[in-house]
Amino acid sequence: MQNRKNLKILIAKPGLDGHDRGAKVVAQALKEAGMEVVYSGLHRTIEQIVTIAVQEDVDVIGLSIMTGAHIPITQKLFEKIKEKGIGDKIVFVGGVIPSGDISKLKELGVAGVFPGGTPLAETIQFLRSISKKG
Amino acid sequence: MAVARYIKDEKDQILDVILESGIHVKPSYSPKDLEAIGFSYEKDLADPGEYPYTRGIHALGYRSRAWTTRQYTGFGTPQETNERFKLMISHGQTGLNVAFDLPTQMGYDSDDPMSEGEVGRVGMAVDTLRDFEIAFKDIRLDKIGSGLTINAVASIMLAMYQAVAEKYGYDPKVISATPQNDILKEMIGRGAWIFPVEPAVKLIGDTIEYSMKVLPRTNPVSVCGYHIRESGATPAQEIACAILIANAYIDNVLARGYDVDAFVGRFSFNLNVFGNMWEQVAKFRAARKLWARNLKEKYNVKKPQNLFLRGLFGGGGYGLTKAQPENNIMRGAYYALVAALSGAQTTALCSYDEAYTIPTPHSALLSLRTLQLLMDEMGLRDTVDPLAGSYFIETLTKEMEQKIEEEMDNIEKFGGIIKGVSEGYIQRLVARQAFEVEKGLESGELQKVGVNIYKEGESMEVELHEYNWESAEKQIESLRAVKRERSEKDVARTLKELESATKDGKNVMPYLVECCKAYASVGEMAGIFRQIFGEFNEPSLF
Repeated sequence: MQNRKNLKILIAKPGLDGHDRGAKVVAQALKEAGMEVVYSGLHRTIEQIVTIAVQEDVDVIGLSIMTGAHIPITQKLFEKIKEKGIGDKIVFVGGVIPSGDISKLKELGVAGVFPGGTPLAETIQFLRSISKKG
Repeated sequence: MAVARYIKDEKDQILDVILESGIHVKPSYSPKDLEAIGFSYEKDLADPGEYPYTRGIHALGYRSRAWTTRQYTGFGTPQETNERFKLMISHGQTGLNVAFDLPTQMGYDSDDPMSEGEVGRVGMAVDTLRDFEIAFKDIRLDKIGSGLTINAVASIMLAMYQAVAEKYGYDPKVISATPQNDILKEMIGRGAWIFPVEPAVKLIGDTIEYSMKVLPRTNPVSVCGYHIRESGATPAQEIACAILIANAYIDNVLARGYDVDAFVGRFSFNLNVFGNMWEQVAKFRAARKLWARNLKEKYNVKKPQNLFLRGLFGGGGYGLTKAQPENNIMRGAYYALVAALSGAQTTALCSYDEAYTIPTPHSALLSLRTLQLLMDEMGLRDTVDPLAGSYFIETLTKEMEQKIEEEMDNIEKFGGIIKGVSEGYIQRLVARQAFEVEKGLESGELQKVGVNIYKEGESMEVELHEYNWESAEKQIESLRAVKRERSEKDVARTLKELESATKDGKNVMPYLVECCKAYASVGEMAGIFRQIFGEFNEPSLF
């Protein structure tokens, strides 16, 4: 964890899907909770997301995925962050995630999974506990 | 998601109800309320089929014709989609509503690296005319209309629909397509935009101009308040945005020198049904009135039938919950009731499993049956606008009308809808609203069954629609086969002509039709637009 007061988080929308209500709500909630938030905007490739993560020097990357492609997308993110030498970043995932896939995402290295309908407080709590651990 | 803010005392008595659009509901209504708002039957309502059409656009409503049911369908390969279309038609569905996969919506071919993992996932993959030939095989294109849920490249898909119809021997004059084709709403919600605002709106103008001449039964634009509402807008903002967006498209075509009466009658609307049911009914009634008045007073539209707000009222996706998914079946039934009480011409419901996945045949059929039950079993065809004359509904309709006008004024004051979308003003407004709703749900001020009240009960496993990697590979293989078989000379020539026409600012539609007929791919056609127009620069929100 970087030596700064507030946690810095990238909320990213990978792929072609443009359903961003959830991502924007989470971004606003984290901001209101005192965290620093960078929003990627839509239609980002994993390469672009990793570049933003490096440039902005974020502590955490949050992926919002609604299309069902969360497993291959997350896999690819982990490959790329390792390649770029930022494999230590914390990754969390939100969106339309069937409960059966939560353990699969965690096996890939995802620290927290927050499917649609998760209370915002839960996501905030998760990020605060991470920052304390760091 | 939740339908109103309830202010209660410690005994659970309701002290005040504040609807999403900001209207306070009173404990009861009487003739005095109608008097207070200056209600006039002639001016505010008039008979069904009479201006300002508050009560409906047809004198006999569902007596003359039940609504068209148009469940959103499409996945995997064109072959799988064709089978699902036929299944839904055999169940009595009366129109098609084609779902395209994201690569198609974003103008990429199935073999593009950008498409990886998304081919056929949330809709049907379309690369070339060959795919439409398979998808629409044995479907009577002169009898059944097709909604094409696509926006950024709607011009390409409309051209392809004409090409497939001609291939199967239909005169373009008899086919009826309803491409969604509303790019400004994509920039506010849903996000399937490609090109910058100006050329994107110009492409929509092209489809309207072209339809006027070549595809007279086609509805070239379906203006969507729907997705703006899904993204967080209030019902009043939903309608305000929809009317202003429609006006932006009208202005584009008027600037080409056409008479408004020559095209505006083919506009249709796609509006949302979730939320407080009274507020929705009032919203639809007020929307019909405001749209007619807007056309008559602002644009001097002459023909009465061109003043009609014809619409698909349905969906309700944001109202559905992941928690206790079977509850969504009941929610869908109430949403459909709202649509019927509001005089929808066309309807469709989100299926109960849509918070998880694209619908299974079973859940799609349940949605269709829900709609059929209302028309054929519950008496919704008996009489037009059955809630008319209710002290409450008429007062609320008038209040909604005022709220919608206020929201329109706010956007106009900012500088209009085009500026509002280009600079992110509307997007910020909608995102803020979405956040307020979530906060309301967390504080308990807004209530949602299964989410923050009545949470007990068993969770349920939903049958998931699995992504089929094999289908994706099949699709890519089929694209390669088409590319091997087609005449490269014809493809190069038609694409070159499209490129010059685009650069010269001509109407691109006839050129797109020729490209489609030569089996040029969606990615090739959209690639030309990308190269010439560039891409929309999403305004930063935070």
